Amino acid sequence: MKLGLVVDLDTCVGCHGCATACKQWNTSGTIGPLSDKDPYGRDPNGAWLNRIRTYEVGDTPNSKTVNMPMSCMHCDNAACVTVCPTGASYKREEDGIVLVDQDKCMGCNLCSWACPYGARELDPHQGTMKKCTLCVDRIYDERLPKGERQPACVLTCPTKSRVFGDFDDPDSEVSRLARERGGKQLMPELGYNPVNTYLPPRNKKQQAAYETSGRSVKDTVKQWVNKVIAR
Amino acid sequence: MHPAFSVLVFTVLSGAGYGLISLLVLAHLAGIPQLQDTAVLLAGGLLAFLLITGGLLSSTLHLANPKNAWRAFSRFRTSWLSREAVFAVLFYPFLLLYLFGIYRQGAELGALFKLAGILAATLALVTLFCTSMIYASLKTIRQWNSALTPLNYLALGLMSGALLLAAVQAVAQGGLAAVLQQLALGLVLLGAVAKLIYLFWIGKPAGSTIHTATGFTQASVRLLDQGHTANSFLNDEFGYRVEAERLMKLRYLMVGLAFVLPFMLLLSGQAWLAPAASVLAIAGLLTERWLFFAEARHVVRLFHGEQHT
Repeated sequence: MKLGLVVDLDTCVGCHGCATACKQWNTSGTIGPLSDKDPYGRDPNGAWLNRIRTYEVGDTPNSKTVNMPMSCMHCDNAACVTVCPTGASYKREEDGIVLVDQDKCMGCNLCSWACPYGARELDPHQGTMKKCTLCVDRIYDERLPKGERQPACVLTCPTKSRVFGDFDDPDSEVSRLARERGGKQLMPELGYNPVNTYLPPRNKKQQAAYETSGRSVKDTVKQWVNKVIAR
Repeated sequence: MHPAFSVLVFTVLSGAGYGLISLLVLAHLAGIPQLQDTAVLLAGGLLAFLLITGGLLSSTLHLANPKNAWRAFSRFRTSWLSREAVFAVLFYPFLLLYLFGIYRQGAELGALFKLAGILAATLALVTLFCTSMIYASLKTIRQWNSALTPLNYLALGLMSGALLLAAVQAVAQGGLAAVLQQLALGLVLLGAVAKLIYLFWIGKPAGSTIHTATGFTQASVRLLDQGHTANSFLNDEFGYRVEAERLMKLRYLMVGLAFVLPFMLLLSGQAWLAPAASVLAIAGLLTERWLFFAEARHVVRLFHGEQHT
Protein backbone atom coordinates (compact mmCIF):
# COMPACT_ATOMS: atom_id res chain seq x y z
CA MET A 1 0.00 0.00 0.00
CA LYS A 2 1.09 3.55 -0.66
CA LEU A 3 -1.25 5.81 1.24
CA GLY A 4 -1.42 9.50 0.52
CA LEU A 5 -3.55 12.46 -0.41
CA VAL A 6 -4.72 14.13 -3.56
CA VAL A 7 -5.29 17.87 -3.22
CA ASP A 8 -7.43 19.61 -5.81
CA LEU A 9 -6.06 23.10 -6.39
CA ASP A 10 -9.06 23.87 -8.55
CA THR A 11 -11.56 23.63 -5.74
CA CYS A 12 -9.58 24.48 -2.60
CA VAL A 13 -10.91 27.77 -1.25
CA GLY A 14 -8.19 28.29 1.33
CA CYS A 15 -10.45 28.17 4.39
CA HIS A 16 -7.75 26.59 6.64
CA GLY A 17 -10.35 24.07 7.82
CA CYS A 18 -7.95 21.18 7.15
CA ALA A 19 -5.20 22.83 9.23
CA THR A 20 -7.45 23.46 12.23
CA ALA A 21 -9.06 20.02 12.05
CA CYS A 22 -5.57 18.54 11.89
CA LYS A 23 -4.39 20.50 14.90
CA GLN A 24 -7.53 19.58 16.85
CA TRP A 25 -7.27 15.84 16.12
CA ASN A 26 -3.52 15.45 16.45
CA THR A 27 -3.03 17.51 19.57
CA SER A 28 -4.73 14.65 21.41
CA GLY A 29 -3.46 11.91 19.10
CA THR A 30 -0.65 9.37 19.19
CA ILE A 31 2.22 11.84 18.72
CA GLY A 32 1.32 13.83 21.80
CA PRO A 33 0.28 17.45 22.07
CA LEU A 34 0.95 19.92 19.28
CA SER A 35 1.95 22.65 21.65
CA ASP A 36 2.13 26.39 21.16
CA LYS A 37 4.52 28.87 22.64
CA ASP A 38 2.78 31.96 23.98
CA PRO A 39 -0.56 30.97 22.34
CA TYR A 40 -2.56 33.98 23.58
CA GLY A 41 0.32 36.41 23.77
CA ARG A 42 1.92 38.91 21.46
CA ASP A 43 4.03 36.49 19.47
CA PRO A 44 2.37 33.07 19.32
CA ASN A 45 4.33 30.28 17.68
CA GLY A 46 3.50 26.62 17.57
CA ALA A 47 3.64 23.30 15.78
CA TRP A 48 1.21 22.78 12.92
CA LEU A 49 1.25 19.79 10.62
CA ASN A 50 -0.58 21.48 7.79
CA ARG A 51 0.00 24.92 6.30
CA ILE A 52 -1.98 26.68 3.60
CA ARG A 53 -0.29 29.20 1.34
CA THR A 54 -1.98 31.35 -1.25
CA TYR A 55 -0.43 32.27 -4.58
CA GLU A 56 -1.34 34.40 -7.55
CA VAL A 57 -0.58 32.42 -10.67
CA GLY A 58 -0.36 34.24 -14.02
CA ASP A 59 -0.68 37.96 -14.62
CA THR A 60 -3.76 40.17 -14.46
CA PRO A 61 -6.25 39.85 -16.12
CA ASN A 62 -5.38 36.18 -16.73
CA SER A 63 -4.42 35.38 -13.18
CA LYS A 64 -5.83 32.94 -10.68
CA THR A 65 -5.63 32.74 -6.93
CA VAL A 66 -4.44 29.30 -5.94
CA ASN A 67 -4.59 28.00 -2.38
CA MET A 68 -2.04 25.33 -1.69
CA PRO A 69 -2.42 23.26 1.49
CA MET A 70 0.77 21.39 2.34
CA SER A 71 1.41 18.62 4.81
CA CYS A 72 3.84 15.70 4.77
CA MET A 73 4.09 14.20 1.27
CA HIS A 74 5.07 10.76 2.69
CA CYS A 75 7.84 10.62 0.07
CA ASP A 76 8.82 7.30 -1.47
CA ASN A 77 12.43 8.33 -1.07
CA ALA A 78 12.19 10.11 2.27
CA ALA A 79 15.46 11.97 2.99
CA CYS A 80 14.17 12.94 6.46
CA VAL A 81 14.34 9.25 7.42
CA THR A 82 17.82 8.78 5.92
CA VAL A 83 19.39 11.68 7.82
CA CYS A 84 17.82 10.88 11.21
CA PRO A 85 20.66 9.86 13.57
CA THR A 86 18.49 8.34 16.30
CA GLY A 87 16.14 6.19 14.27
CA ALA A 88 13.17 8.23 15.49
CA SER A 89 12.04 8.95 11.92
CA TYR A 90 10.84 5.93 10.03
CA LYS A 91 8.76 4.99 7.02
CA ARG A 92 6.31 2.16 7.48
CA GLU A 93 6.82 -0.79 5.13
CA GLU A 94 3.15 -1.69 5.01
CA ASP A 95 1.59 1.63 3.95
CA GLY A 96 4.42 4.09 3.35
CA ILE A 97 3.43 6.47 6.16
CA VAL A 98 6.40 8.46 7.51
CA LEU A 99 6.30 8.83 11.30
CA VAL A 100 8.44 10.15 14.16
CA ASP A 101 8.84 8.03 17.27
CA GLN A 102 8.46 10.73 19.92
CA ASP A 103 10.29 8.60 22.50
CA LYS A 104 13.47 8.49 20.39
CA CYS A 105 13.68 11.99 18.86
CA MET A 106 16.47 14.21 20.25
CA GLY A 107 15.31 17.39 18.51
CA CYS A 108 18.38 18.03 16.34
CA ASN A 109 16.23 19.52 13.51
CA LEU A 110 18.22 17.73 10.81
CA CYS A 111 15.12 16.02 9.35
CA SER A 112 13.39 19.38 8.98
CA TRP A 113 16.45 20.61 7.08
CA ALA A 114 16.27 17.59 4.78
CA CYS A 115 12.57 18.12 4.04
CA PRO A 116 11.95 20.41 1.05
CA TYR A 117 8.25 20.78 1.83
CA GLY A 118 8.43 22.29 5.32
CA ALA A 119 6.42 19.36 6.61
CA ARG A 120 8.23 19.01 9.93
CA GLU A 121 7.95 21.42 12.81
CA LEU A 122 9.62 21.26 16.20
CA ASP A 123 7.30 21.13 19.18
CA PRO A 124 8.36 24.12 21.31
CA HIS A 125 7.58 22.43 24.63
CA GLN A 126 8.44 18.78 24.04
CA GLY A 127 11.51 19.54 21.94
CA THR A 128 10.69 16.73 19.53
CA MET A 129 9.82 16.83 15.85
CA LYS A 130 6.16 16.71 14.90
CA LYS A 131 4.75 15.86 11.51
CA CYS A 132 1.63 14.66 9.70
CA THR A 133 0.77 11.06 10.61
CA LEU A 134 -1.86 10.76 7.90
CA CYS A 135 -4.05 10.26 11.00
CA VAL A 136 -2.68 6.77 11.43
CA ASP A 137 -4.72 6.67 14.65
CA ARG A 138 -7.98 7.20 12.71
CA ILE A 139 -7.63 5.35 9.44
CA TYR A 140 -7.17 1.92 11.04
CA ASP A 141 -9.57 2.43 13.97
CA GLU A 142 -12.21 -0.22 13.58
CA ARG A 143 -14.43 1.36 16.24
CA LEU A 144 -15.08 4.24 13.84
CA PRO A 145 -17.74 3.90 11.15
CA LYS A 146 -16.13 2.96 7.81
CA GLY A 147 -16.68 6.34 6.21
CA GLU A 148 -14.87 8.09 9.07
CA ARG A 149 -11.66 6.06 8.79
CA GLN A 150 -9.99 8.92 6.98
CA PRO A 151 -7.57 11.70 7.96
CA ALA A 152 -9.19 14.58 9.84
CA CYS A 153 -8.25 17.09 7.12
CA VAL A 154 -10.03 15.04 4.46
CA LEU A 155 -13.19 14.59 6.54
CA THR A 156 -13.47 18.26 7.35
CA CYS A 157 -12.75 19.73 3.91
CA PRO A 158 -15.95 21.60 2.94
CA THR A 159 -15.19 21.55 -0.79
CA LYS A 160 -14.04 17.92 -0.91
CA SER A 161 -10.78 19.06 -2.42
CA ARG A 162 -8.79 16.53 -0.42
CA VAL A 163 -8.99 12.83 -1.19
CA PHE A 164 -7.30 10.04 0.75
CA GLY A 165 -6.40 6.68 -0.71
CA ASP A 166 -3.95 4.06 -1.90
CA PHE A 167 -1.75 5.12 -4.81
CA ASP A 168 -0.60 1.53 -5.36
CA ASP A 169 -4.12 0.55 -6.38
CA PRO A 170 -4.64 1.79 -9.96
CA ASP A 171 -8.42 1.77 -9.52
CA SER A 172 -8.51 3.82 -6.32
CA GLU A 173 -10.05 7.28 -6.45
CA VAL A 174 -6.69 8.96 -5.81
CA SER A 175 -4.98 7.06 -8.63
CA ARG A 176 -7.85 7.79 -11.00
CA LEU A 177 -7.86 11.51 -10.13
CA ALA A 178 -4.10 11.80 -10.46
CA ARG A 179 -4.27 10.07 -13.83
CA GLU A 180 -7.25 11.90 -15.31
CA ARG A 181 -6.51 15.37 -14.02
CA GLY A 182 -2.76 15.38 -14.67
CA GLY A 183 -1.72 15.27 -11.02
CA LYS A 184 1.61 16.87 -10.17
CA GLN A 185 4.33 16.35 -7.61
CA LEU A 186 5.93 19.39 -6.02
CA MET A 187 9.65 19.86 -6.67
CA PRO A 188 10.06 16.54 -8.50
CA GLU A 189 13.62 17.51 -9.47
CA LEU A 190 14.90 16.75 -5.95
CA GLY A 191 14.06 13.10 -6.50
CA TYR A 192 12.21 12.47 -3.24
CA ASN A 193 9.21 11.15 -5.18
CA PRO A 194 6.49 12.64 -2.96
CA VAL A 195 3.31 10.57 -2.78
CA ASN A 196 0.83 13.41 -2.26
CA THR A 197 -0.35 14.71 -5.61
CA TYR A 198 -1.72 18.10 -6.58
CA LEU A 199 -4.40 18.48 -9.23
CA PRO A 200 -3.82 21.66 -11.26
CA PRO A 201 -6.74 24.07 -11.75
CA ARG A 202 -8.98 23.15 -14.69
CA ASN A 203 -8.73 25.21 -17.86
CA LYS A 204 -11.79 27.36 -17.93
CA LYS A 205 -13.11 29.66 -20.61
CA GLN A 206 -11.43 32.99 -20.19
CA GLN A 207 -13.76 35.63 -18.82
CA ALA A 208 -13.68 38.82 -20.86
CA ALA A 209 -12.34 41.58 -18.69
CA TYR A 210 -13.82 45.06 -18.78
CA GLU A 211 -12.06 46.80 -21.59
CA THR A 212 -11.39 50.48 -21.94
CA SER A 213 -11.52 52.16 -25.32
CA GLY A 214 -7.89 53.09 -25.14
CA ARG A 215 -8.64 56.65 -26.17
CA SER A 216 -7.48 59.61 -24.19
CA VAL A 217 -9.88 61.90 -22.35
CA LYS A 218 -9.22 64.59 -24.91
CA ASP A 219 -10.18 62.29 -27.80
CA THR A 220 -13.32 61.12 -26.00
CA VAL A 221 -14.45 64.70 -25.39
CA LYS A 222 -13.67 65.61 -29.00
CA GLN A 223 -15.72 62.66 -30.27
CA TRP A 224 -18.63 63.54 -27.99
CA VAL A 225 -18.53 67.18 -29.14
CA ASN A 226 -18.42 66.06 -32.78
CA LYS A 227 -21.49 63.90 -32.18
CA VAL A 228 -23.42 66.75 -30.60
CA ILE A 229 -22.49 69.47 -33.04
CA ALA A 230 -23.70 68.65 -36.48
CA ARG A 231 -21.49 70.12 -39.12
CA MET B 1 19.41 29.11 7.49
CA HIS B 2 19.37 30.33 11.06
CA PRO B 3 22.96 30.26 12.38
CA ALA B 4 22.76 28.56 15.78
CA PHE B 5 25.70 29.82 17.86
CA SER B 6 26.31 26.43 19.46
CA VAL B 7 26.74 24.83 16.03
CA LEU B 8 29.12 27.58 14.87
CA VAL B 9 31.28 27.11 17.96
CA PHE B 10 31.13 23.33 17.61
CA THR B 11 32.19 23.15 13.96
CA VAL B 12 34.95 25.76 14.26
CA LEU B 13 36.51 24.59 17.54
CA SER B 14 36.28 20.86 16.89
CA GLY B 15 37.48 21.46 13.31
CA ALA B 16 40.55 23.29 14.64
CA GLY B 17 41.12 20.57 17.25
CA TYR B 18 40.90 17.74 14.71
CA GLY B 19 43.17 19.65 12.32
CA LEU B 20 45.67 20.29 15.14
CA ILE B 21 45.87 16.70 16.35
CA SER B 22 46.18 15.20 12.88
CA LEU B 23 48.98 17.61 11.87
CA LEU B 24 50.67 17.18 15.26
CA VAL B 25 50.77 13.39 14.90
CA LEU B 26 51.91 13.69 11.29
CA ALA B 27 54.71 16.16 12.13
CA HIS B 28 55.75 14.13 15.17
CA LEU B 29 55.93 10.78 13.40
CA ALA B 30 57.50 12.32 10.29
CA GLY B 31 60.39 13.23 12.54
CA ILE B 32 60.32 17.01 12.38
CA PRO B 33 62.99 17.92 14.95
CA GLN B 34 61.06 20.67 16.78
CA LEU B 35 58.23 18.21 17.48
CA GLN B 36 60.42 15.58 19.18
CA ASP B 37 59.71 17.54 22.35
CA THR B 38 57.44 16.11 25.05
CA ALA B 39 56.26 19.55 26.21
CA VAL B 40 55.13 20.61 22.70
CA LEU B 41 53.42 17.29 22.02
CA LEU B 42 51.59 17.23 25.34
CA ALA B 43 50.55 20.89 25.11
CA GLY B 44 49.31 20.46 21.52
CA GLY B 45 47.51 17.22 22.34
CA LEU B 46 45.85 18.74 25.39
CA LEU B 47 44.78 21.82 23.41
CA ALA B 48 43.26 19.60 20.71
CA PHE B 49 41.50 17.56 23.38
CA LEU B 50 40.02 20.70 24.96
CA LEU B 51 38.92 22.21 21.63
CA ILE B 52 37.29 18.99 20.44
CA THR B 53 35.58 18.25 23.74
CA GLY B 54 34.40 21.84 24.14
CA GLY B 55 33.04 21.78 20.59
CA LEU B 56 31.24 18.48 21.05
CA LEU B 57 29.67 19.64 24.32
CA SER B 58 28.59 22.85 22.59
CA SER B 59 26.95 20.82 19.81
CA THR B 60 24.62 19.16 22.30
CA LEU B 61 23.34 22.60 23.33
CA HIS B 62 21.37 22.97 20.11
CA LEU B 63 19.44 19.77 20.75
CA ALA B 64 15.87 20.46 21.84
CA ASN B 65 15.62 17.11 23.61
CA PRO B 66 19.18 16.19 24.68
CA LYS B 67 18.12 13.31 26.92
CA ASN B 68 17.85 11.20 23.74
CA ALA B 69 21.27 12.22 22.42
CA TRP B 70 22.74 8.81 23.23
CA ARG B 71 20.48 7.35 20.55
CA ALA B 72 22.42 9.28 17.90
CA PHE B 73 24.90 6.39 17.61
CA SER B 74 22.25 4.05 16.27
CA ARG B 75 21.88 4.95 12.58
CA PHE B 76 25.48 4.62 11.44
CA ARG B 77 24.49 3.00 8.16
CA THR B 78 22.42 5.91 6.81
CA SER B 79 22.93 9.12 8.76
CA TRP B 80 26.04 11.30 8.53
CA LEU B 81 25.21 12.82 11.92
CA SER B 82 25.22 9.36 13.43
CA ARG B 83 28.54 8.56 11.71
CA GLU B 84 30.01 11.77 13.07
CA ALA B 85 28.91 10.86 16.59
CA VAL B 86 30.35 7.33 16.33
CA PHE B 87 33.73 8.46 14.95
CA ALA B 88 33.95 11.35 17.43
CA VAL B 89 33.65 8.90 20.33
CA LEU B 90 35.86 6.25 18.71
CA PHE B 91 38.61 8.89 18.37
CA TYR B 92 39.02 9.46 22.13
CA PRO B 93 40.62 6.16 23.26
CA PHE B 94 43.27 6.43 20.53
CA LEU B 95 44.01 10.06 21.38
CA LEU B 96 44.31 9.26 25.07
CA LEU B 97 46.51 6.23 24.39
CA TYR B 98 48.80 8.35 22.19
CA LEU B 99 49.04 11.13 24.79
CA PHE B 100 49.61 8.55 27.53
CA GLY B 101 52.47 7.14 25.47
CA ILE B 102 54.07 10.56 25.17
CA TYR B 103 53.62 11.16 28.88
CA ARG B 104 55.36 7.86 29.74
CA GLN B 105 57.93 7.49 27.00
CA GLY B 106 58.46 11.02 25.65
CA ALA B 107 58.77 11.64 21.90
CA GLU B 108 60.42 8.25 21.24
CA LEU B 109 57.24 6.17 21.11
CA GLY B 110 56.78 2.42 21.00
CA ALA B 111 54.95 0.85 18.02
CA LEU B 112 51.62 0.52 19.86
CA PHE B 113 51.52 4.20 20.80
CA LYS B 114 52.59 5.20 17.29
CA LEU B 115 49.72 3.16 15.86
CA ALA B 116 47.32 4.82 18.31
CA GLY B 117 48.57 8.20 17.10
CA ILE B 118 48.07 7.30 13.45
CA LEU B 119 44.55 6.02 14.17
CA ALA B 120 43.69 9.14 16.19
CA ALA B 121 44.88 11.38 13.33
CA THR B 122 42.90 9.38 10.79
CA LEU B 123 39.72 9.32 12.90
CA ALA B 124 40.07 13.07 13.48
CA LEU B 125 39.97 13.73 9.74
CA VAL B 126 37.18 11.18 9.21
CA THR B 127 35.07 12.88 11.90
CA LEU B 128 35.67 16.27 10.31
CA PHE B 129 34.62 14.83 6.95
CA CYS B 130 31.42 13.40 8.50
CA THR B 131 30.59 16.80 9.98
CA SER B 132 30.89 18.39 6.55
CA MET B 133 28.80 15.65 4.94
CA ILE B 134 25.89 16.42 7.29
CA TYR B 135 25.59 19.67 5.37
CA ALA B 136 26.78 18.49 1.96
CA SER B 137 24.21 15.68 1.85
CA LEU B 138 21.20 18.00 2.05
CA LYS B 139 19.69 18.36 -1.42
CA THR B 140 17.35 21.02 -0.07
CA ILE B 141 20.14 23.60 0.33
CA ARG B 142 22.04 24.09 -2.92
CA GLN B 143 24.75 26.22 -1.27
CA TRP B 144 25.72 23.19 0.82
CA ASN B 145 24.95 20.31 -1.52
CA SER B 146 28.38 20.23 -3.13
CA ALA B 147 31.83 18.64 -2.90
CA LEU B 148 33.08 22.12 -2.04
CA THR B 149 31.53 21.80 1.43
CA PRO B 150 33.74 18.89 2.62
CA LEU B 151 36.69 20.48 0.84
CA ASN B 152 36.13 23.71 2.80
CA TYR B 153 35.61 21.98 6.14
CA LEU B 154 38.76 19.89 5.74
CA ALA B 155 40.88 22.75 4.39
CA LEU B 156 39.77 25.19 7.08
CA GLY B 157 40.09 22.61 9.86
CA LEU B 158 43.65 21.79 8.79
CA MET B 159 44.43 25.47 8.34
CA SER B 160 43.37 26.45 11.85
CA GLY B 161 45.08 23.32 13.18
CA ALA B 162 48.35 24.29 11.49
CA LEU B 163 48.16 27.80 12.94
CA LEU B 164 47.54 26.40 16.42
CA LEU B 165 50.41 23.92 16.05
CA ALA B 166 52.75 26.72 15.03
CA ALA B 167 51.53 28.80 17.98
CA VAL B 168 52.03 25.96 20.50
CA GLN B 169 55.50 25.20 19.16
CA ALA B 170 56.52 28.88 19.06
CA VAL B 171 55.35 29.55 22.62
CA ALA B 172 56.90 26.38 24.07
CA GLN B 173 60.26 26.75 22.36
CA GLY B 174 60.51 30.51 22.05
CA GLY B 175 61.01 30.53 18.28
CA LEU B 176 58.86 29.58 15.29
CA ALA B 177 60.03 26.49 13.39
CA ALA B 178 60.41 27.26 9.67
CA VAL B 179 58.75 24.02 8.57
CA LEU B 180 55.64 24.65 10.69
CA GLN B 181 55.54 28.25 9.48
CA GLN B 182 55.63 27.09 5.86
CA LEU B 183 53.02 24.41 6.51
CA ALA B 184 50.66 26.96 8.08
CA LEU B 185 51.24 29.51 5.32
CA GLY B 186 50.52 26.87 2.68
CA LEU B 187 47.34 25.73 4.42
CA VAL B 188 46.14 29.34 4.89
CA LEU B 189 46.54 29.79 1.13
CA LEU B 190 44.71 26.53 0.46
CA GLY B 191 41.89 27.53 2.83
CA ALA B 192 41.57 30.95 1.21
CA VAL B 193 41.42 29.46 -2.28
CA ALA B 194 38.84 26.86 -1.20
CA LYS B 195 36.68 29.54 0.41
CA LEU B 196 36.91 31.93 -2.54
CA ILE B 197 35.96 29.16 -4.99
CA TYR B 198 33.00 28.37 -2.74
CA LEU B 199 31.87 32.02 -2.58
CA PHE B 200 32.19 32.31 -6.36
CA TRP B 201 30.27 29.07 -6.87
CA ILE B 202 27.27 29.95 -4.66
CA GLY B 203 26.88 33.33 -6.35
CA LYS B 204 24.72 32.20 -9.22
CA PRO B 205 21.05 31.34 -8.68
CA ALA B 206 20.45 27.68 -9.55
CA GLY B 207 18.29 24.70 -8.68
CA SER B 208 14.62 24.74 -7.71
CA THR B 209 12.44 27.77 -8.30
CA ILE B 210 9.01 28.87 -7.11
CA HIS B 211 7.72 27.32 -10.37
CA THR B 212 8.93 23.79 -9.69
CA ALA B 213 7.97 24.19 -6.03
CA THR B 214 4.33 25.00 -6.79
CA GLY B 215 4.07 23.01 -10.02
CA PHE B 216 3.06 26.07 -12.06
CA THR B 217 5.91 26.00 -14.54
CA GLN B 218 4.38 28.11 -17.31
CA ALA B 219 3.17 31.23 -15.56
CA SER B 220 4.44 33.75 -13.07
CA VAL B 221 3.80 32.79 -9.43
CA ARG B 222 3.64 35.27 -6.55
CA LEU B 223 2.94 34.64 -2.90
CA LEU B 224 -0.21 36.40 -1.70
CA ASP B 225 -0.43 34.99 1.81
CA GLN B 226 1.89 32.69 3.74
CA GLY B 227 -1.06 31.40 5.73
CA HIS B 228 -0.17 32.52 9.24
CA THR B 229 -0.30 35.93 10.86
CA ALA B 230 2.22 35.12 13.60
CA ASN B 231 5.65 33.58 13.32
CA SER B 232 6.36 29.90 12.72
CA PHE B 233 9.09 27.32 13.19
CA LEU B 234 9.75 27.34 9.43
CA ASN B 235 10.26 31.11 9.37
CA ASP B 236 12.61 31.00 12.36
CA GLU B 237 14.66 28.11 11.03
CA PHE B 238 14.78 28.78 7.29
CA GLY B 239 13.62 32.36 6.78
CA TYR B 240 16.81 33.93 8.13
CA ARG B 241 17.47 37.08 6.13
CA VAL B 242 20.46 39.41 6.07
CA GLU B 243 20.82 42.44 3.82
CA ALA B 244 23.21 41.90 0.91
CA GLU B 245 25.29 44.89 1.96
CA ARG B 246 25.90 43.47 5.42
CA LEU B 247 26.77 40.09 3.96
CA MET B 248 29.41 41.71 1.75
CA LYS B 249 30.93 43.54 4.72
CA LEU B 250 31.06 40.33 6.71
CA ARG B 251 32.68 38.53 3.79
CA TYR B 252 35.47 41.12 3.73
CA LEU B 253 35.82 40.86 7.50
CA MET B 254 35.96 37.06 7.23
CA VAL B 255 38.64 37.07 4.52
CA GLY B 256 40.69 39.59 6.50
CA LEU B 257 40.43 37.84 9.86
CA ALA B 258 40.65 34.25 8.73
CA PHE B 259 43.22 34.48 5.95
CA VAL B 260 44.96 37.83 5.28
CA LEU B 261 45.92 38.83 8.84
CA PRO B 262 47.05 35.36 10.02
CA PHE B 263 49.06 35.00 6.80
CA MET B 264 50.85 38.33 7.34
CA LEU B 265 51.45 37.75 11.06
CA LEU B 266 52.92 34.36 10.35
CA LEU B 267 54.98 35.64 7.44
CA SER B 268 56.77 37.95 9.86
CA GLY B 269 58.24 34.84 11.49
CA GLN B 270 57.97 36.37 14.97
CA ALA B 271 57.25 33.69 17.57
CA TRP B 272 55.08 35.95 19.73
CA LEU B 273 52.77 36.73 16.77
CA ALA B 274 51.91 33.06 16.10
CA PRO B 275 49.30 32.79 18.91
CA ALA B 276 47.72 36.04 17.74
CA ALA B 277 47.50 34.63 14.20
CA SER B 278 45.62 31.54 15.41
CA VAL B 279 43.22 33.53 17.59
CA LEU B 280 42.43 35.87 14.68
CA ALA B 281 41.92 32.87 12.39
CA ILE B 282 39.47 31.26 14.85
CA ALA B 283 37.51 34.53 15.02
CA GLY B 284 37.57 34.70 11.22
CA LEU B 285 36.37 31.12 10.94
CA LEU B 286 33.49 31.84 13.33
CA THR B 287 32.49 34.61 10.92
CA GLU B 288 32.99 32.19 8.03
CA ARG B 289 30.73 29.59 9.67
CA TRP B 290 28.11 32.24 10.43
CA LEU B 291 28.12 33.20 6.76
CA PHE B 292 27.99 29.53 5.74
CA PHE B 293 24.62 29.36 7.50
CA ALA B 294 23.30 32.85 6.79
CA GLU B 295 23.99 32.58 3.06
CA ALA B 296 22.41 29.12 2.72
CA ARG B 297 18.87 29.33 1.38
CA HIS B 298 16.60 26.36 1.99
CA VAL B 299 14.02 25.48 -0.70
CA VAL B 300 11.15 25.94 1.80
CA ARG B 301 11.66 29.66 1.21
CA LEU B 302 10.25 29.16 -2.29
CA PHE B 303 6.88 28.32 -0.74
CA HIS B 304 7.17 31.53 1.25
CA GLY B 305 7.46 33.60 -1.90
CA GLU B 306 11.10 33.62 -2.97
CA GLN B 307 11.43 33.17 -6.72
CA HIS B 308 14.64 31.12 -6.56
CA THR B 309 17.20 29.95 -4.03
